Amino acid sequence: MFSSVTYKKFLDKLMLAVFFTAGFITIFITVGIVYVLLSDSIEFFKEVSIKEFLTEKEWTPVFATKKFGIWPLVSGTFLIAGIAMVVSVPLGLLISIYLSEYASVRVREFAKPIIEFLEAIPTVVFGYFTLLFVTPFLQKIVPNLDGFNSLAPGIVLGFMILPYTASMAEDAMKGVPQRIREASYSLGATKLRTALKIVLPAAVSGVVAGFILGASRAIGETMVVAIAAGMYPNLTLDPREPVQTMTGYIVQVALGDLPFGSIEYLSIFAVGLALFLIAFIFNSIALWLRSRIREVY
Amino acid sequence: MSRKINSRPDIVFPIVGFLAFLMVISFLFTLIINLFIDGIEKIKDTSFYTSFPSRFPDQAGILSGWVGTLLVMAGAIFWSLLIGIPAGIYLEEYATKRGFIGKIETIIELNINNLAAVPAIIYGLLALGIFVYRFKFGESILTAGLTLSILMLPVIVVNTREAIRRIPRDIREGAYAVGATKWDTVRDHILPYSFGGILTGLIIAASRAIGETAPLITIGALTFIAFLPPSPFTSDFPFISLDKVWEVFMSPFTVLPIQIFNWVSRPQAAFQVNAAAAGFILLILTVLMNAIAYYLRQKVRRKYIW
Repeated sequence: MFSSVTYKKFLDKLMLAVFFTAGFITIFITVGIVYVLLSDSIEFFKEVSIKEFLTEKEWTPVFATKKFGIWPLVSGTFLIAGIAMVVSVPLGLLISIYLSEYASVRVREFAKPIIEFLEAIPTVVFGYFTLLFVTPFLQKIVPNLDGFNSLAPGIVLGFMILPYTASMAEDAMKGVPQRIREASYSLGATKLRTALKIVLPAAVSGVVAGFILGASRAIGETMVVAIAAGMYPNLTLDPREPVQTMTGYIVQVALGDLPFGSIEYLSIFAVGLALFLIAFIFNSIALWLRSRIREVY
Repeated sequence: MSRKINSRPDIVFPIVGFLAFLMVISFLFTLIINLFIDGIEKIKDTSFYTSFPSRFPDQAGILSGWVGTLLVMAGAIFWSLLIGIPAGIYLEEYATKRGFIGKIETIIELNINNLAAVPAIIYGLLALGIFVYRFKFGESILTAGLTLSILMLPVIVVNTREAIRRIPRDIREGAYAVGATKWDTVRDHILPYSFGGILTGLIIAASRAIGETAPLITIGALTFIAFLPPSPFTSDFPFISLDKVWEVFMSPFTVLPIQIFNWVSRPQAAFQVNAAAAGFILLILTVLMNAIAYYLRQKVRRKYIW
């Protein structure tokens, strides 16, 4: 029979194994992602050459003459993410400097959860709002704006990523030690001068990391663009025209019936692989920038 | 005479900054009001909550949507807690970061941080490739629950770790001093004290997952579901049939966000009323969940002041 001490020791070892296994399993999620994306992409590239994928200027997988050039999808993705950044960066900077340097504690405590709530709003709800409120509204101001366009989703995404471009940037500025501000004031600098010339440069890696994570979020966002940007792969920089993003294409194909192994089924994994690589590069830059914050002080 | 410091920018800037913040508030406010006004007709109509989707917009409802959301979320919460809490405990309490095991620990940690930033639709592709086609789970409630649990996992791990990290070292040393093993300490002290923080993380993670649409569309979730999964309960002892439970897991489903997407994409304006109403309900759900999480977080911080 087990003595109670032996039993306790056994149980302790067992739980250690259980906890370690749970942690180890999480690695398989990434392994699974890489395996699925690579294995199905390799199948795809047996039928479509990588050269065509990267040099062809048309994306027409549902037409009789199928062409698989990813650039229209990439341009649509980056056009919308670019518009989002044009909206989000100035707005985020203004808000983060205001909250970090000027606002009272009460205003900040009130504002932060509201800004962070933007991330919790179901994106399909943003999609509805973009298609049926923002686009009709913009059509009154912008001539020749199509019912599906990249301008309206871009603007809405600009607000949607404020948790990164405003809140995360504010966290970085708040992390700048107070004594550095005091030193600046004591030399006669005004608050704004201190904010722009001392605090912002000191927090710049954290602020830029927030911007890059925001951009990455805008690139990977799906529902707003699937609903409001149109389903038309279009190699254009005109924000008034309908476009299709990489994520939008995946949704469009997934809505139809996908026979396992068909060229359409395989194509969404190739597009997914490209999207995963882009997001991975953006996130790595952001992580690297954030790790630099600690080195400064 | 000394040069006068120009203090005008210091008066103007806070006003501009506050106006920028007001823009965010008015954006949110417009969003909520817009959905409410567009959907009010259906929001106050009780049959909207008890009807199946339909070809006729005035008869269509969200019954299969909210039942599906409940079942899928139950699965997602179960799986994400099953892996997320032990993984968080391991990284915070057990990991030493030394030797060969330490290398694995570092990989686990980096991996979880990276998972948080992967676009949600990529998880949909993972689920399509692995759960649907390779494991043959089909377009089922089980697949959907597993998919959303992967999305929730990083949030749960991070919050579990933060909650545990706040517990001071003295508590552990005290437990070891009276002869407790590590597991005794985790069970009797670490878990009870971090419970509030873990619960907060769970609610935040669930509030994100409940509105998630893209990964579920990718696994091929059907949009027209005019039936409910079979009830697993029976009238005879033991009142629950395991075969039926399995049938529930494997049954096709729809969820609220997919129902909304389906209605938005239809050309008829009448369906947009339904989309607005269901969107408003979903939005209110996420507001409530976030409010509860916010309240809990404040309460936990006040409960344990070490």
